[in-house]
Amino acid sequence: MLKHRLIPCVLLKNWQLVKSIQFDSYRTIGHPTATVRIYNARNVDELIVLDIDASLNNEPINTEIITDMANECFMPLTIGGGIKTLEDVSIILNAGADKISLNSQAILTPSLIHEIATVYGSQCVVASIDIKKIDGHYHVYNKSMGVLNIDPIELAREYEAQGAGELLLTSVDHEGTTKGYDLDLLRLFHDKIKLPIIINGGMGSPEDGKKALEMGADALAAAYIFHFSKYTPNMIKKELLDHGFSIRV
Amino acid sequence: MSANIVIIDYKMGNLRSVQKAFEHIGESAIISNDLSIIQNASKLVLPGVGAFKDAMHNLRELGLIDLLNEEILEKKKPFLGICLGMQLIATKSYEFGETKGLGWIDAEITRFADTDLKIPHVGWNSVQYANPSPLFESIPDNSDFYFVHSYYFDANRTYATGICDYGTEFIASVQKENIYATQFHPEKSQTHGLRIIENFSKLPIC
Repeated sequence: MLKHRLIPCVLLKNWQLVKSIQFDSYRTIGHPTATVRIYNARNVDELIVLDIDASLNNEPINTEIITDMANECFMPLTIGGGIKTLEDVSIILNAGADKISLNSQAILTPSLIHEIATVYGSQCVVASIDIKKIDGHYHVYNKSMGVLNIDPIELAREYEAQGAGELLLTSVDHEGTTKGYDLDLLRLFHDKIKLPIIINGGMGSPEDGKKALEMGADALAAAYIFHFSKYTPNMIKKELLDHGFSIRV
Repeated sequence: MSANIVIIDYKMGNLRSVQKAFEHIGESAIISNDLSIIQNASKLVLPGVGAFKDAMHNLRELGLIDLLNEEILEKKKPFLGICLGMQLIATKSYEFGETKGLGWIDAEITRFADTDLKIPHVGWNSVQYANPSPLFESIPDNSDFYFVHSYYFDANRTYATGICDYGTEFIASVQKENIYATQFHPEKSQTHGLRIIENFSKLPIC
């Protein structure tokens, strides 16, 4: 039986891995290779690294760091940030990543997902959507473009149709807090989208993870809890396993 | 003397991840498709992702098919096939039409039947032991390994060393004498995966 996954999702900025709080005020986690080595030793199931220098400042993708991280990573590695073309994907995969994550460029050119999936397979494409709740309604949000007048479900359906392999769903409001995942958001997507959902933003305890899995999340992404709480990945996984979820320990 | 391990480069995906797994356990492994380097190897590794047909085409173009038959079937060098590298040792594949494989084990490469389960089968899944194999030494039964594939190794279980369940039970790993292969990716399967790499590197050289 396939396992639910616990995935650190961290940002790459100024050659450091950082953690943001509600997409702002970054806290440094550590040096990329050292941090990957620690994650690797701590038995997490996958790793997602989003290069925010590349995506926000239009800097070239930092292949040197990706290669260094991939060399320490004996688990699947997803890289996102600043990917605009099939050529960018090829560079990242050749540096040792297993999957790529698309956000801004997928909003502008959803067909890029299809292009990548055709060449490298759907399993290689993680479509990422950031969501902000305004007056009780969910909106697609983008760090560069701001709040967009796009229905999040419609966008996810488009990504699904284009051949994405999974959906990384981040709640901007919950991100970097410890108030738990946005379960209403998860319910909304789970009912309407078939793609496996990696829920991101807000995990503060194993109990939050349990609620998200009950609500249909396929995988749990987090960062804050691994660095600024008493919980280790193994503690979280053990507790989820004790609750009867299919978890690799 | 440490083993001279060669990872065969036949232009099917990034082989660096397999190489660095060997480096991690303190072995060096060379990535090459040079015939004399392969002839001088003590162990051979065939990883790979992509289409079966392209893979067989590339092996043929590089003059590797006869060479591999000689090194593995006659000289009995330890061989590790990973993912597509496991599928290539089968008799034939039905991916994009029928293609003949290396034929070292009587098996057909078949697509997972369409069910509610997603294809490809991607993620961590547990492997239950079948026939014992030194490749799994010191690894508990039912450990999880990382899989990415749409086709599986359809054969009787004579040579099966591990079974995985994804809607249907399929063969996750095989061993026939000096021929070892895994459908999953040991190089992406953390501690247990690295242990498989280590167990392979510890196999005696004939």
